[in-house]
Amino acid sequence: MTSRTQTLLWVAQRTSAAVLAICVTLHLATIIYAVQGGLTAAEILARTRGNATWLAFYVLFVLAVAVHAPIGLRAIAIEWLGWRGRSRDVALALFAAVLAWTGMRAAIGVFA
Amino acid sequence: MKDEASYWVFMVHRLSGIALAAFLPLHFWALGDALQLEGFLAWTEQPLVKLGEWAIVLALAAHLGGGLRVLALEFLPWRDWQKGLAAAAAALTVAVGLALALAL
Amino acid sequence: MRVSVWKGVAEGSFREFDVPRQASQTVLDVVTYIQRSLDPTLAYRYACRVGMCGSCAMTVNGVPRWTCRTHVDKVVRNDALQVGPLKNLPVIRDLVTDMREFFDKWARAKGQFKGARTKHDDFQPVKPSSLERVQVDAAIECIGCGVCYAACDVVAWNPDYLGPAALNRAWTLVKDVRDEDKGERLRAVAGDAGCHSCHTHMSCTERCPKHLSPTAGIAGLKREVFKAVVKGEL
Repeated sequence: MTSRTQTLLWVAQRTSAAVLAICVTLHLATIIYAVQGGLTAAEILARTRGNATWLAFYVLFVLAVAVHAPIGLRAIAIEWLGWRGRSRDVALALFAAVLAWTGMRAAIGVFA
Repeated sequence: MKDEASYWVFMVHRLSGIALAAFLPLHFWALGDALQLEGFLAWTEQPLVKLGEWAIVLALAAHLGGGLRVLALEFLPWRDWQKGLAAAAAALTVAVGLALALAL
Repeated sequence: MRVSVWKGVAEGSFREFDVPRQASQTVLDVVTYIQRSLDPTLAYRYACRVGMCGSCAMTVNGVPRWTCRTHVDKVVRNDALQVGPLKNLPVIRDLVTDMREFFDKWARAKGQFKGARTKHDDFQPVKPSSLERVQVDAAIECIGCGVCYAACDVVAWNPDYLGPAALNRAWTLVKDVRDEDKGERLRAVAGDAGCHSCHTHMSCTERCPKHLSPTAGIAGLKREVFKAVVKGEL
C-alpha cells in the first residue's frame, strides 16, 4: 500500500469523523430524551416507522460508521497486534461489510 | 505510568473505540430484529444491562470528546491553548454521563 | 543515595551503587562518579556537560532526560535513583544506545535541505516575521538528542514509524521557502510510517529539553499532506 493510499484512508477517517460528530451529537441527544420515563419498542418505532428523515439519518450514520470504525481498528491492529500484510486489511474490509450490512438491516428494520 | 493528560485522553479514546466497535454489530442486529424489540427491551431492564448501557453511552461521549480534540489539533492552526483540549474532552464526557445517569 | 544503573545489553540487570549526595548535583555527576570511583567498566556517553550537545540523554526514573541538566534534587525518590539507557533504541552496552536507526529515519523523512540557487544567483529574501519562517524558527533548534524518540509510544509500538525528531525536521524543510524538494518530502512523511501515525500523545512535546513541539510540526505535516492529496500532487 502506497503512502498516498494510506493518506486517503486517513482523509476518509477524518471526513467520516466530522460526519459522525454531528450524527453522534444528535444520537446522544435523542437517547437522553428518549430514555426518560422508560424506553419501549413502541415509542422507538412510533418515531421511526415510515419516517424517511430518520431513515436517511440512520443510513448516513451507518455508512459513516462502516468507514470510520475499521480504519480506526487498523491502527490498533498495526500497533498493538503487530498485524502486518494484506490479511489485516482484508479482515478490516470484511468487518466494514458486516457493519454496513447489519447497520442497513437495522435502519430498514425500524423504518419498515 | 504516564501522567501526561494527552496520553490518557488518547488511551480512553482508543479503548472506547474498541468497545464501540465490539458493541455495534450487536446493536445493529438487535435493531434489525425490530419485531422482537419489545421482548429485547424487557431484557435490558436488568440492572447489570442498564449499567452496561450507561457505560457504552459514556464510551460514545468519551470517544466523541477525544475525537473532537484530534480534529481540532489536526485541522486548526496550532495554538498553545490546544493542549488544554484534553480537559475539554474529559469535561464533555462527564457532562453527558451525568445527563444520561439522571435520565435513566 | 542508592543509584540503580543498567548494566548489560538487551539482557542485563540494574546494579545498585551507593553514591554520596552533594549540593547542586546532576545525574551526569552521579554516573561519572560511579564510573570513576565504583565501576570502571560502566559505559556511558557525554560531551559538553552543559546542555548543548544532547549526548548525555538517558532514562532517569523511567523518563528520558539530559542527565547533565537534571538535578538530582528534582528526580530523587526516597533517596533512590534509577538510570537506564534511552528506550526505543538498541543498547550497545550499559547506558550507551545505537543511534543509527534514529538518524536513518531522519534521512528517510527527507530531512535534508535541497536548494535550487547557486552562488551565482541572488539571495532569496526570507522575512523573519513571515508565517512560514516563524513556524520554522519554532522547530529549528533540534539537536538530534533522541529524547523525543525515546519518549514516543508509537515508536515503541510501530518499528517503521519515523518518529517525532525526523518528522519535526521534515516540517522545518517543508516550511522553508528556499527548499525545492517539497513534493518528495511530503510523499516520504505521509502514511503509516509517517505523520498519520501520530496520535497526539504529546510525550515528545512534554519531554523535549529544548521545548520544541514535534506534535505541532506533525499536525502541520498532516495539513500539508492533506492539501497535496486534494490537489492531486501527492
